Amino acid sequence: MTATLRPATAAGVRPSAPATYESVLRDLALADERIVVLTAENRAAIRGLPPHLGSRFIDVGIAEQTMIAMGAGLALRGRLPVMHALAAFLTMRAYEFIRTDIGLARLPGKLVGGVPGILSEANGPTHQAIEDIALMRTVPHMTIFCPADTRELLDALPALLASPDPVYLRYIDRAPLTPHAPRFTPGRAHVLTRGRDVALLTYGAMLRECLDAAVLLEAAGLSVHLVDVRTLQPFDDDELLEAASTTRLLVTVEDHIGTGGLATIVAERLVAHRARARLVAIHLEPGGFVPTLLPEALRTSGLNGEGIARRVLDALTRHRPD
Amino acid sequence: MTAIAPDQVAELEELALRVRGHAVRMAAGGGCFLGASLSCTDLIVHLYSRFLRVRPDAPQDPARDILLLSKGHDVPALYGTLAELGFIPRERLANHLSPDDSLYWHPNRRIPGVEFHSGSLGHLLGVGAGIALDARLRGADTRVVVILGDGELNEGSVWETALVAAAHGLDNLIAVVDRNEFQANARTEELIPLEPLTHKWAAFGWDVETVDGHDFADLDRVFGALAARAGRPSAVIARTVRGKGLPSIEGRAERWFCSLSPEEMHALIDELHGGARAALRSEPMVVR
Repeated sequence: MTATLRPATAAGVRPSAPATYESVLRDLALADERIVVLTAENRAAIRGLPPHLGSRFIDVGIAEQTMIAMGAGLALRGRLPVMHALAAFLTMRAYEFIRTDIGLARLPGKLVGGVPGILSEANGPTHQAIEDIALMRTVPHMTIFCPADTRELLDALPALLASPDPVYLRYIDRAPLTPHAPRFTPGRAHVLTRGRDVALLTYGAMLRECLDAAVLLEAAGLSVHLVDVRTLQPFDDDELLEAASTTRLLVTVEDHIGTGGLATIVAERLVAHRARARLVAIHLEPGGFVPTLLPEALRTSGLNGEGIARRVLDALTRHRPD
Repeated sequence: MTAIAPDQVAELEELALRVRGHAVRMAAGGGCFLGASLSCTDLIVHLYSRFLRVRPDAPQDPARDILLLSKGHDVPALYGTLAELGFIPRERLANHLSPDDSLYWHPNRRIPGVEFHSGSLGHLLGVGAGIALDARLRGADTRVVVILGDGELNEGSVWETALVAAAHGLDNLIAVVDRNEFQANARTEELIPLEPLTHKWAAFGWDVETVDGHDFADLDRVFGALAARAGRPSAVIARTVRGKGLPSIEGRAERWFCSLSPEEMHALIDELHGGARAALRSEPMVVR
């Protein structure tokens, strides 16, 4: 190995089929010796990597703070640390390490949070990362990426790793939700449908529920504008302003508390641009959701397609538009 | 490393005296953590002069050894050492606390020779473990020294990293504990006792040495022997005295931080060079 670490070249990356997070990360790491994969004893998404990466796969045990600090040390020496833990413990237990060692130093630490938001299902409130976006937004230079399915995640992964900045990735492993999606561009949202009545803005696991809600709303005679925000930070102001100016109602839908997540971002950006819009924020409450399997967790939280559609129809019925 | 000669010891003592003088001057005009800085002055002077392979003319030399100051509030000792060794001009120390420079109460990377920022305790042993890991991946013989305060050992993250570094056999990682027996305004053994401290590090899988942190011959003996270790990280417990070199503040809980008047500063400089004990009237910083 040379003293200077070689970045990846496009020719060096050969995605295999079917691509998974593990296979794409493996290929990127094999082509780029700067990449070091770390985990705080959570190998769910990267179980097969040790034989491929050898000493560039580091399991620190249940030690999130140490993992982040070690990642900072590795990044100081030119490495690209990709750090894995459950989202709740990664972003909360290790928050100050992320802010102080990665963020203040503007190091390219890549944070991958497992089972974020509603995806922790029946684990209970200890495991519910529903404040993670609020926290990561406060970290200097942090990019926040919340893919809705595996294809979005894999499409974005090379650019996220190539970025010189820290990244928080809300991990998801789910079959593609739409037949086609535009290539990932940092900071750009994906508009699935353009409509006139109501704009649903969402990210991550909630995109599937919003697709269900859109079917119900269209059946009720509404024209739906559906935006998969994807990158929460930096934010796509252009698509927000487009949605605000072309529809009667903006609705944010997220498996995150109402403070500091998409609802807050939208409100802040609208104020910053002096734009006016009616806004309904659909979100989880502090304290968490009912621990149960995903369909019931969504239903009891009002975050399944039916619950979202009901809230939208209520809002349009109760309030006359301007 | 051959045994240090008496004239080399005398040189290091002279150097440490000049560094202490810088720290005392930085304690005027707004103050600094003087007591905490003086306990590890000899340590830092020794490490930079006799142990670390660093180059003042090339502070970013990729082949250099790394020193991390995890108890960041002792940074005046580091600023003074960096100035004496030529990493930064001595005159720059006059900018201490100026908004136009970056010489404040905790270290940051804008100062040549400072490897990473610190101040929040319990971070840099982990950062050091990451640097040590990178060196191992490269096959480089980089040594990473992390100076920890003994009060800092209250932080759980130190012990978390101690477990991880031992598990991964990071034998190029060296933790040096500035064992001055104080944390902020309390004696460690009266607040959260640390003893038996060598047993604790040994039980976590580290090789442990103790050293007189103010005796350059002893420091040379202990750090000179560390190179022989394989497969285990090293901890060096340096027995030190808070405020060392200034009898008027030595071992005084409230003189962790000192904000000196110009008269007090001059009296302490005089005391440093063998003059009478200074009478300090400035307000001490007490956090408990």
